[in-house]
Amino acid sequence: MDRIPILKMGNFLLVTIQVDMYDRLALNLENDLVTMIRRVEAKGVLIDISAVSIVDSFMGRILGNIASMSKILDAETVVVGMQPAVAITLVELGLPLTGVHTALDVEKGMILLKNKLNLIEEDDDEDKDPDDSTE
Amino acid sequence: MIALNREIIEIAKELDVVFFRQRLKEHAVKIGMSVLNQTKLITASSELVRNMLKYAGGGQICIEVINEKMQIGIKVTFEDKGPGIPDIHKAMQDGFSTGKSLGLGLPGAKRLVNEFDIKSEIGKGTIVTIVRWKNGL
Ligand SMILES: Nc1ncnc2c1ncn2[C@@H]1O[C@H](COP(=O)(O)OP(=O)(O)OP(=O)(O)O)[C@@H](O)[C@H]1O
Ligand SMILES: [Mg+2]
Repeated sequence: MDRIPILKMGNFLLVTIQVDMYDRLALNLENDLVTMIRRVEAKGVLIDISAVSIVDSFMGRILGNIASMSKILDAETVVVGMQPAVAITLVELGLPLTGVHTALDVEKGMILLKNKLNLIEEDDDEDKDPDDSTE
Repeated sequence: MIALNREIIEIAKELDVVFFRQRLKEHAVKIGMSVLNQTKLITASSELVRNMLKYAGGGQICIEVINEKMQIGIKVTFEDKGPGIPDIHKAMQDGFSTGKSLGLGLPGAKRLVNEFDIKSEIGKGTIVTIVRWKNGL
């Protein structure tokens, strides 16, 4: 019961948090995600927290850790759907989550991730036709 | 000050924290507290209850609905019988931690509530009391 399911969609991993978070659960998610990114060589991670009403310093730190560890493993993380009250509270608490990409919803998060991946590919491959980028 | 409603919750393990936060939310919703104020109150409480578990191995929390000067609000008291805090002034500073952590819990919690009080005695324990008014800024 101490686990949040991780869904694989192509190159991406999708996590939807729908339960009250507590420290053990957040730590397990961090470990599971890192393991899974390596195992499936994921390029992007999308974490949907639209159903989460409380993000305290522990949970906030875990989100930051996931973002920086995924970067080391060559994947981008986007946190989507943060409720406005949660965002305001995090800033006042003193943990503004700098360094974590955010988007309003899953759809916008997907676009952000895809754009990031395209940009990286274009950097690798300069002579690529510019017309086939998805914009 | 009149206490309108009161509930005591024992904290000994992490799952007690989940239950406590749910109860706190129910009390806040019942008095019609705004979502933002609820979020601030529960987040501050989450920091304090973590400290209680981490540094004192647990303790007791009292949730009260209070009415003072025409204002309605929620008061939460965190009481533990842990080692106490040697220097409260230091502990209240951003970035001070004996737990190799961010040292955000106490000062952050204070910023999120309307009233904050901390008392601690070495070898006896720590009591933190917070109040968040229903309509306070
Ligand atoms: N209930 C308590 N009993 C004993 N010591 C405490 C208690 N609460 C806090 N402290 C002490 O005060 C320090 C500061 O607490 P604070 O919550 O601000 O930071 P932290 O717990 O170290 O880090 P963070 O909360 O950011 O993870 C702690 O490191 C600890 O030494
Ligand atoms: Mg703390």
